[in-house]
Amino acid sequence: MSLVNFTTREITCKIVYYGPGRSGKTTNLHYIYGRVPDSRRGRMVSLATQTDRTLFFDFLPIDLGQISGFNTRFQLYTVPGQVYYNATRRLVLQGADGVVFVADSQARQLDENLESLQNLQSNLLEHGVDIRTMPLVLQYNKQDLPRELILSTADLDDALNFRGVASFSADALHGVGVFETLKGVSEMVLKRLAAGSTA
Amino acid sequence: MTTALNAKYTFDTFVVGTANRLAVTAGRTVAENPGSAYNPLFIYSGSGLGKTHVLMAIGHAAKKLAPTLNVEYLTLDEYVEAFHAAIAAGQGDAFRRRFQNVDVLLVDDVQFLSNRKEMQSELLRLTEALQGAGHQIVLTSDRPPPEIADLDERLISRLSGGLVVDMGVPDYETRVAILRRKAEERGTSFQPGVLETVAGLEFANVRELMGALNRLVAFQAVNDQPINAEATKQLLSAAAAAARAAAPVAPGVSSGSGDEFGAFLADVTVTVGKAVEAWRARVGEAVLRWRGEGYRTHRLERLLEQETPPAVDEAIAEFVEDVERLKALETEVGQLDPQASGESVFRDPERMSEAEEAAAQVRAGVAPPPGPSGAFPLVGYAVGSSNEVAVSAVRAVLDQPGKKYNPLVLVGKSGLGKTHLLNALGLELARANGAVVACLSTQAFIDELIAAIDGNRVDWWRARYRRATALLLDDIHLIAGKERTQEELFNLFNLLQDRERQLAFTAPAHPNTLTGIEERVVSRLEGGLVAELKEPDRAVKRAVLERLLAGQNVTPEPALLDYLADRPTDSVRSLVGVAQRVVGAAAAEDVPLTAGLAREVLEGQAPREARRSSGFRTSGIVVSSLGGIKSREKMVWDWPEVADRLIEELR
Repeated sequence: MSLVNFTTREITCKIVYYGPGRSGKTTNLHYIYGRVPDSRRGRMVSLATQTDRTLFFDFLPIDLGQISGFNTRFQLYTVPGQVYYNATRRLVLQGADGVVFVADSQARQLDENLESLQNLQSNLLEHGVDIRTMPLVLQYNKQDLPRELILSTADLDDALNFRGVASFSADALHGVGVFETLKGVSEMVLKRLAAGSTA
Repeated sequence: MTTALNAKYTFDTFVVGTANRLAVTAGRTVAENPGSAYNPLFIYSGSGLGKTHVLMAIGHAAKKLAPTLNVEYLTLDEYVEAFHAAIAAGQGDAFRRRFQNVDVLLVDDVQFLSNRKEMQSELLRLTEALQGAGHQIVLTSDRPPPEIADLDERLISRLSGGLVVDMGVPDYETRVAILRRKAEERGTSFQPGVLETVAGLEFANVRELMGALNRLVAFQAVNDQPINAEATKQLLSAAAAAARAAAPVAPGVSSGSGDEFGAFLADVTVTVGKAVEAWRARVGEAVLRWRGEGYRTHRLERLLEQETPPAVDEAIAEFVEDVERLKALETEVGQLDPQASGESVFRDPERMSEAEEAAAQVRAGVAPPPGPSGAFPLVGYAVGSSNEVAVSAVRAVLDQPGKKYNPLVLVGKSGLGKTHLLNALGLELARANGAVVACLSTQAFIDELIAAIDGNRVDWWRARYRRATALLLDDIHLIAGKERTQEELFNLFNLLQDRERQLAFTAPAHPNTLTGIEERVVSRLEGGLVAELKEPDRAVKRAVLERLLAGQNVTPEPALLDYLADRPTDSVRSLVGVAQRVVGAAAAEDVPLTAGLAREVLEGQAPREARRSSGFRTSGIVVSSLGGIKSREKMVWDWPEVADRLIEELR
């Protein structure tokens, strides 16, 4: 999927929220959905199980309107976190312009985070994408939980952020860090517009 | 071809202030009395101050008052394109007729006439025609006529001849009025003081003012809350600062309002602005720069439409390279042929090969137009009372070429030496430094034009003659009925006369007695001096005979000269013919050349063979292309023997 269509003068950003199960990807989207004016957002599509687990994926289209003469749209997706939905994850990842990796800050979830991160890398590779070239940010969610349960952002950076990408501390349920994360990944994605054009 | 009038641009929607009142009043007057009040009406102002609005408003108003009026609005560029298309399709005349039938012609952006000589003369002609027919013409430009670069003086005076009004930047009150009107039109209301704040800010023109208003409207719509005067100021000044990055919404304005999405949007906008603009800006910059210099930038503009971000810098570099090459070509061509250098092909990097070809053509075409014949020097011209007026006129012309008698028309019957005198004038004029004297028969002139039309190189043909420092046409009456040649001659005539270049013509009779020639051409021919050559007097005849016989190494006895000079002759040419017959007879019979022999030859039975061998056009039927010309020389004087005629016919 092309990011910028100069013919129709459209910019379409596909951003995928990735991460282990229950790390808060859908929560991020819900918070964003709640902040976007009605006129700007499409219907949020959520295929969830009865226990509110994402079964297939969430999809939130946002219309940012005319920016620099371009009709700009963001499409936010989440993937199902559970290990056994890998085919779905790979599908959703297709054509992504940027990825937000939502990590669960709880200390006991560290392995799941690592596993999911590796899964992201291999799934991208399946699409022929090197993770190092993909705009990627990390979000350390659930930082509002008691200190003893979670790892600090510094620890998480040590454990997960070996690529040294931008990372954001977040409490998605209450919206802390949600837009910062989105902004972070958006800027990375959009900056490729300039980089790509000069290549 | 013609753009429809924008329904929104009427006088009712135009906010009148002190800066534009005169223009609007003049416009209304013109709309009410097309063709009679101010014609042409010329409105100029900086960009975005409402020229087009007023121009279209005139069209609407005129149409409203008289629905049958034929009102046409178009920009100069559209006019030029249409003209070129019409010429290419061979419909030039139909094109002209079509525009001459327009009752109210509204032409926008005429400043683009710079360096377009051909269009200037076309517009001049059109303006003259429209004015002549009492039709209205209204033009707009971003500057007054004298300041349009490289504009023909005649066009300047023509355009300035009606009324020239300017429209300034609206004052504060007008700005407030404009903003109120526009906000109302959009159904938006603002808190008190907001519009006043906007009006108080510096804007170069109304279009920018509208841009500011649009931002406010958008801002209010997005934020669902009315903006106040203070925020307006912030928004607009921030926007003005960010304007170069073409960001429609200023960053940071809505931050701190708890509107996370708004802040996000603002950030993304800036990022997109930077990202998209970064390479687009470079292309846009190049487009603006080269378009500003008058080059076609479609190639760069197409870059912006491409799906995948192209190799912008290479493309720009390539474009610049091509433009440089075009510049070089244009300079080269300009030195050879100033007219051709203005051609659009030298401004379009997409037509490099055509430009090269055109340049090659010009290089090949620098061959000067046909010059005078060296066989007719002025020193060899016999002067007498019968032709001294004409000869002294020629001498006066040689003293001050282009200034004194321009044009000089030599009239006289055939064989009196007009061609000789014309060529002699040409030879003398050609002595001047850098002189390019075009001296040829009108028939050759017509044939060249036809060949040029056929070969699709009329421009080149024109350029060739426009370079001439003098144009001398023999037998100008031959253009009778040749409309296109008359047209071309008319334009060429005007151009050369304007540049004080000498024009001279010969005709069998006074121009105003010639038929089949357009009035405008005739009047121009009459505009200088019409000098008549009469039947040769005795002095001329003697001089001619002496020179002729001397040229054949014959020493005549004075009695022969007297006898021949006293014989009635109506032209030098027939005199020469007569003398040749005598010389031929003397040679054939191997007897001395005496008056007695001459008398015998001319009055007795003429030796047939000798006469035939003369090779001079002294008898026989010459068909003139102009039926009305009565030349005694072209009458048949000596009918050949009947037997001869039969043989001639059998051949």
